[in-house]
Amino acid sequence: MNWTPDDTWIALTGALCAMACSLPGCFLVLRKMSMMGDAISHAVLPGLAIAFLVTGERASLPMFLGAAATGVLTAVFTQWITRFGNIDQGAAMGIVFTTLFALGLILIVQAADHVDLDPGCVLYGAIEFITFDTVSLGSTEIPRAALVNGGALLLNLTVIATLYKELRISSFDSGLADTLGFSSGLLHYLLMTLVAVTTVAAFESVGSIIVIAMMIVPPAAALLLTRRLLPMLLLSSAIAGASAVLGHWAALIVPPLIGFERTNTSGMIAFTAGLLFTLAWIFSPTEGLLRRRADALSSADGTT
Amino acid sequence: MPTPHEILSTVLLQSYNTRVVVLGTAMLGLASGITGAFLLLRKRSLMGDALSHATFPGIGIAFALMVSAGGSGKDLPGLLTGATISGVLGVLCMLAIRNTTRLRDDVAMGFALSVFFGTGAAVYAMVQTKPGAAGLESFIYGKAASMVFSDVVMISTVGITVTATALLLLKEFTVLCFDENFAASTGWPVLRLDILLLVLVTAVTVTGLQAVGLILIIAFLIIPPTAARFWTNSLRRMLVLSGGIGAISGWLGASVSALFANLPAGALIVLTAASIFLFSMLFGTARGVVLKLLDQARLQRRIGRQHLLRAAYEILETMNQPVSNQPIPRQRLLEHRSWSNPELSRLLTQARNEDHIEPGSNPAQIHLSESGFGEASRITRNHRLWELYLITHADIAPSHVDRDADLVEHILGAEMVRALEAELKPRPVIPNSPHQIPSPS
Repeated sequence: MNWTPDDTWIALTGALCAMACSLPGCFLVLRKMSMMGDAISHAVLPGLAIAFLVTGERASLPMFLGAAATGVLTAVFTQWITRFGNIDQGAAMGIVFTTLFALGLILIVQAADHVDLDPGCVLYGAIEFITFDTVSLGSTEIPRAALVNGGALLLNLTVIATLYKELRISSFDSGLADTLGFSSGLLHYLLMTLVAVTTVAAFESVGSIIVIAMMIVPPAAALLLTRRLLPMLLLSSAIAGASAVLGHWAALIVPPLIGFERTNTSGMIAFTAGLLFTLAWIFSPTEGLLRRRADALSSADGTT
Repeated sequence: MPTPHEILSTVLLQSYNTRVVVLGTAMLGLASGITGAFLLLRKRSLMGDALSHATFPGIGIAFALMVSAGGSGKDLPGLLTGATISGVLGVLCMLAIRNTTRLRDDVAMGFALSVFFGTGAAVYAMVQTKPGAAGLESFIYGKAASMVFSDVVMISTVGITVTATALLLLKEFTVLCFDENFAASTGWPVLRLDILLLVLVTAVTVTGLQAVGLILIIAFLIIPPTAARFWTNSLRRMLVLSGGIGAISGWLGASVSALFANLPAGALIVLTAASIFLFSMLFGTARGVVLKLLDQARLQRRIGRQHLLRAAYEILETMNQPVSNQPIPRQRLLEHRSWSNPELSRLLTQARNEDHIEPGSNPAQIHLSESGFGEASRITRNHRLWELYLITHADIAPSHVDRDADLVEHILGAEMVRALEAELKPRPVIPNSPHQIPSPS
């Protein structure tokens, strides 16, 4: 294995992105909306297409704004359909994101006469190539993706630290939040905005696979290890960061072992997160499979 | 723009290509509409999403195995087997998480989706260096418009098998969907049924993936059943409707796509289904939004009228005994309940339109009409009867009974009132209020 400074940047950016995604992901998991990251990363397609059709170029900022706006709209439409149609949130989410994605496909086909805007490339930003797009900061060259994801992480940290109490109450008991006088609806949309901004920032720079996985898997693993919110947030960030670093490392060493040349870092990061989750699932001291087995055995002993 | 003749010949399936595409998508719409209905009722609509992503690693690994065995690697049955195995593994992983942790369905699905999808991406990147790997991804993003006859045969075979199995096990699946615990406690093999249902979904998903692509198959599993749910509360009718909506979306969407060169069929079918969904959500006869709003408005009007008339009667009671119909000062009505001024004006206008108030009288003096007075006595009587019932039979304190009675009295039917009369045999025709009525102070 040959670990270069580029690899350090890739692992660092991956870790920043993973932690940025896992923070709002904790709240999504608690609110039974874990599929939101997946939904948003599909649903932003029409936003990208419209931004492109309006401005006529593939500039970052209008694309980013278009995508983030559609991401928030996904959450809003999902909420409306859930409330007014009185149907399951998952179904509402599925309807909204497939419809928006279909709309985006049609728009992109119309735009494709002008430029190559490939849905595949929208969904697979590539973390391997971040070091080709750098920004000079003082004397060092920093990958733009590291700055973007670091910014998203900072934004998420700030908002969650400022509104920690409110977010906590409204996640566990939205009725109580309303009676205490802060609107759980408003907080919901704020959280959804965070999710949309983080998702778009991340998949535009490093690809959607990391986003979808990091919004669900580290929070789910953390939830198996603790029942308190603050430890859950910390643990899930730690698991997310560890998945990114270990994942990139695995992406370098695993393919030669089984006779291939290279693999995809994003995919390996998701895979590593899955492994870490499995460890928590088996060995969690409070509710892991082993613990459950031991409890079942000891209670069986107790009765005989 | 297509000519009317072209439109007609496309919609009536006169061209061979259109016939193949329309038949295939309609068949798939039918099969996924029916299986999707069970998923919706089990609140697992996104299962199609999770499953279709979970097939990724299987396809890559199947390709790699077939290449190293000396084959072409693009052998369709081989790839489908790989996809199915990995999809089923994804499902089992989901069920294991759900059944052995306290994480819920959505997390379990999200876990399988993202980890399998990520693993799939890693596997793809590895096998990409093998010869002939180009275009392997298009297997996942299939194009509805390039469907050929053999695809239709496969879709129809799978579709008919899945539909027949679902209908044969209709009773079992119904119990599973509506009350899993009941099913388990009466000895149904719940876990095996659950797995079987998910195997059916996997079959539909894998077939659909290859033929029409990822997004369309996800949409096909979710949108038709959800749309059907707005029209009926019966599972059988919902299954029929859901299958029908899926088939119609496939037919219409594929037809329109055949008419316009640069509109992709998959996207159009999704949009057609979404339009049907929107229409159903608004105008559905069982749970549609418009009907629900109308019902609510009607109930609000009735409650408003009953509150106004009862307030008038209670005021008349304090003005004279025995109660007779007299003009009531508007101010006293306003003070009697927590009405705002505009609210009371709206209620009075409504009562005037319903002929419960004498028309053209002095606006500061409300005079009930003959029918209004009769209605007011009847409503007050129902309210008091219900209060007495609650006091004697439900042990509710007289001081608290007013609010409780208020919740129910608006829906007391004639039969209920007769039963209350028989039960309580009130001596005066209108019993006195069991509690003190707050008087304006």
